[in-house]
This record gives sequence, structure tokens and C-alpha cells, in this order.
Amino acid sequence: MNGIYLDNAATSPVHPEVIKVMQKSLEEVYGNPSSIHQYGRKARQTLDNARKVAASSIGANEKNITFTSGGTEADNLALIGTALANQDKGKHIITTTIEHHAILHAAESLEKQDFTVTYLQVQSNGQINVQDLKDALTDETIVVSVMMVNNETGIIQPIKEIGEILKGHQAYFHTDAVQAYGLLDIDVDKLGVDLLTVSSHKVNGPKGVGFLYINENVKISSLQHGGQQERKKRPGTENVTGIIGFQKAIELAQAERDDRNLAYNTYKQLFLKKLESEKVSFSINGDLENAIPSIVNISFPGTNVEQLLTNFDLSGISASSGSACTAGSVEPSHVLSAMYGSSNDRTINSIRFSFGLPNSEDEVTEAATRVASIINRLIK
Amino acid sequence: MIYLDNSATTKPYPEVIDSFSQVAQQFYGNPSSIHSFGLRSERLLNQARKQAAHLIDVDESEIVFTSGGTEGNNMAIKGIAFAHQNRGKHIITSQIEHPSVLETCRSLEEQGFRVTYLPVNNNGVISPIDLEKAITEETILVSIMHVNNELGTIQPIQEVGQIVSKYPKVFFHVDHVQGFGKISLDFYDCLIDLVTISGHKIHGLRGTGILFVKKGTKISPLFHGGEQENKFRAGTENLASIVSMVKAVRLILEQQQIKSDQLRALSNKLKKSLKTINGIMINTPEKHADHIVNISIPGYKPEVIIHALAEKDIFISTKSACSSKQPDESAILVACGFDKEIRNSGLRISLSYENTIEEIEQFCTELQDVLLQLSGIMR
Ligand SMILES: Cc1ncc(COP(=O)(O)O)c(C=O)c1O
Ligand SMILES: Cc1ncc(COP(=O)(O)O)c(C=O)c1O
Repeated sequence: MNGIYLDNAATSPVHPEVIKVMQKSLEEVYGNPSSIHQYGRKARQTLDNARKVAASSIGANEKNITFTSGGTEADNLALIGTALANQDKGKHIITTTIEHHAILHAAESLEKQDFTVTYLQVQSNGQINVQDLKDALTDETIVVSVMMVNNETGIIQPIKEIGEILKGHQAYFHTDAVQAYGLLDIDVDKLGVDLLTVSSHKVNGPKGVGFLYINENVKISSLQHGGQQERKKRPGTENVTGIIGFQKAIELAQAERDDRNLAYNTYKQLFLKKLESEKVSFSINGDLENAIPSIVNISFPGTNVEQLLTNFDLSGISASSGSACTAGSVEPSHVLSAMYGSSNDRTINSIRFSFGLPNSEDEVTEAATRVASIINRLIK
Repeated sequence: MIYLDNSATTKPYPEVIDSFSQVAQQFYGNPSSIHSFGLRSERLLNQARKQAAHLIDVDESEIVFTSGGTEGNNMAIKGIAFAHQNRGKHIITSQIEHPSVLETCRSLEEQGFRVTYLPVNNNGVISPIDLEKAITEETILVSIMHVNNELGTIQPIQEVGQIVSKYPKVFFHVDHVQGFGKISLDFYDCLIDLVTISGHKIHGLRGTGILFVKKGTKISPLFHGGEQENKFRAGTENLASIVSMVKAVRLILEQQQIKSDQLRALSNKLKKSLKTINGIMINTPEKHADHIVNISIPGYKPEVIIHALAEKDIFISTKSACSSKQPDESAILVACGFDKEIRNSGLRISLSYENTIEEIEQFCTELQDVLLQLSGIMR
């Protein structure tokens, strides 16, 4: 049976045009950007161009873009880097219980270094309550990290409101925009964001690349030391080829943003409609209205995740139970536990379907048909 | 074009590019995903790890894929420092390490660690006696590079390993970025705990590397998050780049087998020709890694020579690319005790197995021309 990939939030296929520019660059631009000869300079120019494209995609200045090896590194740099550099102003950090593990585990590592971390709860709609944030803020708070879109539910957080709240406060505002980027309209100034994480492989770019936007007013320590690259915030010979591929992915995402939003929305509607018409019993986790078009997280009462994933996979459908990093173990989702309580059945019978470039309307409908027949068979 | 800046970065092998494109197109599942797309990717990743381990002759559990040499060095040094600081806070390294080692050590000094920077002799080599003297009860790590990136000097890694192994609490890290594929190093024989390798110095892709972490060695990770790479390194694996780097590892080791003598001949030819040119001093000591030859031409600004050569489509470099933004002086040449005019006029010629004797001849002729021209302008 033909495979249908509905796990684009875990990682997305590299766009053919991205591969093309990378191949070309591998054959051409192989100087080290730090070298002063012309091959080095050509590599440097290429890098500067990519930096401009990345910056303009979030309304930022190019000098505030730091390329990293991915979203995880950018998240770590944002949280640990600001915490270590600003501990003289306080040792309190605020984040949420539903962040990606890159933030949660970085926060835990800071707790071991005597920082205090407040993990904001979320409501059952999947969003945090901004009043909780206001209540948690103290004079000691130095950084607040709230993701823009959750990777399991697709729920969009009230980033702009948080930005407003933090305007007069010393705390820097970091947002993990890995799942939002490419679909939502992001302007760092309008949102009041000081640091913002993006990962290339979630927007049909190559893996092993990402960037962190760091406002020039932010004091930050680097996690790694060495050469002068990336304004010393991230040393190491630049991954020019990866960055060129990322640039192309950004350009494509920018140009096709409306189309993609429209298409993914349609896919989601078609998918849900089909489940309904096939009389599948299901409920959506989180508020559909606050969700990004590309992700839907569905609970199928009377089933369990492992059974579902195995059966889906046998019928050619790739979906997941949560973030890929924890999916290997099929542990109950920390995000759904945060929304519904850890004893709620939703934590063990929910599946994330995420749409992307390789999908089509026919494919999504076909997938829903297969899913429906599996569920209806399982809960008979 | 004659490219003689292979220690800054190398041109990826065509096979490496092919394998990158193929994997990027055909294996897009996330290796951590449990569906069949993910499983295929996971299998390929495991296969790459197995092959890398086999080629390097270590256990597959000892291979950690990284984003490059800088990350490998940071992970090794900070990783040991933070995981073992309760046992002691002293680190020993040398004055001629790459900035990714030196700056990491400096950052640790700011956090209360003590670091001994071993001096080197005129040939750029540390003294094992100095090393042994420097080890104290507090020492937790010795980090010494194998081949120096500017001079091509080879450090006595086996001897260092012997000494360090007398102190079971001390870990031994080797920055093998410039040595790998050129000068063999048996990690087990030399009693090394951690070894850094970088992909783009061996015709692999940038943004790739390997950190060898000997079984049982505890290090704290640089990044936290997912459980990838045995929990040593969080972040979605860069599968296509990893697979293509492992191909580069295989190819460079093959080249080493076949072409070491040829490389030596190139290097000897280069030095011999350079010696015939007036005013050129060879800084690289008699015994060195064949692919790196460092020279000084006192009285000439290194950038001027580099640009003049670039006009002729020939590429060499000054100091290591990473620190080229600083003024002319080379910290490495300073550490070796060279005179001012020599350490301010250092040039590095770095070869790959791809270079030919004709290229070397042409380079020497053109260099001689450039010097003639420049001396005409200057006088
Ligand atoms: C919300 C979020 N943040 C961070 C990451 C980590 O990004 P990367 O895989 O590039 O390390 C992911 C993806 O796994 C994610 O979904
Ligand atoms: C000896 C040595 N160590 C480490 C590095 C850093 O490696 P990378 O460029 O992969 O970060 C280099 C190269 O720049 C090097 O020459």
C-alpha cells in the first residue's frame, strides 16, 4: 500500500529546489568564509545573503541572526545563554509545561545550577493563561520562554500579549517558533520578542541547520567557544551549504505561505470531515480555532497509541504520538498530560497528524478513510 | 585553480555530494519516529554509525555525531569539566591548540577552573616531562592536539597517553581534526578517552563531525533536549550529512593507504623548491604532517602575497582561518619562539591527496614571480 506521510511536524522532506541549490553550492562555494582569499570571500557573501533572507522573514536586522546546528541548539543557546549571562539580575526563569524537550531539559539543567524555574500550566484549550504569567513574574525573573506553536497540538500561544506584558520588565522574551515558522506571520518587533528559534528541517530545508534571532540588546553567553564566527555567539566553520539550503527553504516558504496555509487548512478539514462521515468516534485535543493549519491532534476513545501507530503504519500511514524525540518510547504525552491531567485517557489514545508539502487532497482523504476503517475495526 | 588551503576546508568528494543528495531525497523520516519512514532512517543512521566505528576501529557506541570540530572540542572539554568538577578543577592543554580548545579552556577559567597551558619547544612540540610535572591531584583532563593546524607539527600522543594513563582519574582528549586521514592514530593503543574529528577537513560536508567518547566516559552534554546520540547530543540527526561524512571517512582512509607516499613526495618537493627561493623561511619543523607546510617571507605582508596569488587562481592562507581576522601575528609561531618578523609573516600551504606535482611546481614558480613583482614595487 502506498505510503502517506502525515508526520511533517517531526521532520519534513527537503524541497527538490533546496537540494538543487545545495548540490550546486557543494560544487562551487567551498571556501572557508573566514579565509581571506576569493573563495573565502565568496563563501562569506553567500552567508551574508542567507542571513539577510532569514532576517527579513521575521522583520529583523541581519546582524541579529545567529545560525546554529538546529532548533535544539538554538533553544539551548537562548535559554542557557541568557540565564548564565544575566544571573546577576536574578535567577528566575519562566517557561511552560508544554515546551519542547529542548527547552524543558535546558531549564532542568539550569535548575541544577541553582536557577528557579516556574513552569506555567496550560488550560484545557492548550493555551497558557496570561494572568498566570503576570502572577509568576518577579523582580528576579530574567527570561521568559513560551513557544509560539506547540509541536504536538498545533495550538498557538498568545505571544503578542506576552510581549506586551513583558515590555516594561527586565526579563527577555524567548519564543520557540519552530512549528510556527513558515505559516504564521512573524515580526519580532510587533510581537515584542527578544529571542526566537527556527529550525530548517521543519520547513522543507536541510537538517542540521537553524537560527536564533537575538535582539542586539540581549546579553547572552555562548554555549561554545572558538573562532570568531557568528559574532562569537556560535563559533565553528559555518555550514555554508546547509545555510544556503535553509535560505532557499525560507524563500519558498515566504513565497508560498498563503498557498500552504490554505492547502493545509483544506487537508485538515477534509481529514476531519471524512472521519465524521465514516462515523468515527473522536475528539480533537485543544481548540481547533487556535491551532495552526498543519497540525491536528486527535483522541480516539477506546484505543491506545501503540496499537494505533502499529496499525496505521501497516496501512502505510505515518503519524506520531507526540514529538519525535519521545515517540521512540511511546511515553504518555507530556503536553496532553499538562492539558488534561496525566490520568486522562487522551494521553494514551491520541495521535498527531501533521500536513505538509508532500500531501495532496486525495492523499489526505485516502488517509482518513484508512484511519477510519482501522479505528472502527479496533473499537468494535 | 590551484587550491592549497585544505586545512581551512576541503572540496567535498563527488561521491560525498551524491550520497548527500540521495539520502536527503530518499530518507526524510526522522530517525526517532517509530513509523516505517522513521525506521528506514534509523536503520541508515545505525548503519552509518556502524561503518564509521568499523573504519575508525572503535565500538559503535563510542561514536557521537556532532556539527563539527568546534562542537566536538567544546563537548569534550566542557563535558568532562562539568561532569567531573567535584573531583577537581584543573585542566592541562598546550599553548598551540586550536581556538576551539583554547577559548573553551579560557571560558572555564572564568568559571573557576584552573588551566595549565603547556609551552612548546622551537619545533612546536610539547615536552612530556612538562606534562607529567603539571599533573596534580586536581587534574581531571589533558587535552592535546595531534597535528597542529598552522605548523603541521605532530605531538607525541602515544607518550602523552602513557603518562596520563598512570593517573586513572585524568581523562585524555585529542583534537584530531587535522590529523585524521593523514597521520594514523590508534585511539585505544594511545589510551585516549575522547577524540575530535571534523567532516569538512576530510572532503565531507561542513556542519559534520565525530566525537569519539570511550565507553564508560561520563560527560555532560552541551545541549539538552531529545535523547539522540546516546543522550550525548540532543537534536534531530542530520542524516544526509552524517551518511555522506561517513563516506568521506571511508574515502580519505583509502586515500591515506594509497597516497601517503605521494603526499610525502609532494611535500618534499614543495619544501625543496621553496628553499631555492630567496627570502623564504620554512617554519614547519623537519618532522611534520606532510600536508601542512608553514613558511614566512619576512618583509612581505602575508595578505598581499595571498591576494597576489589569488589573482593567479592559487589559494593559500595565513594563519588558521578561524583567527585570520586578528592582526598578522600568529600565536602559534609566537609560542614556538620565532622572531617578530617571522611570526608576523607566516603563510600556510596545506595539501590534499588531490594535489599534483605539477600544481606544486606551478605554485612555486608563481610565488617566485609574485615576490619579484612585489619587491619591484617595494623598492
Ligand atoms: C517546537 C520544537 N522546538 C524545537 C525542536 C528541535 O529542533 P531540531 O530538531 O532542529 O533540533 C522541535 C523539533 O523537534 C520542535 O518541534
Ligand atoms: C585543529 C583544529 N581543531 C578544530 C577545528 C574546528 O573544526 P570545525 O571547523 O569543524 O569547527 C579546526 C578547524 O578549523 C582545526 O584545524
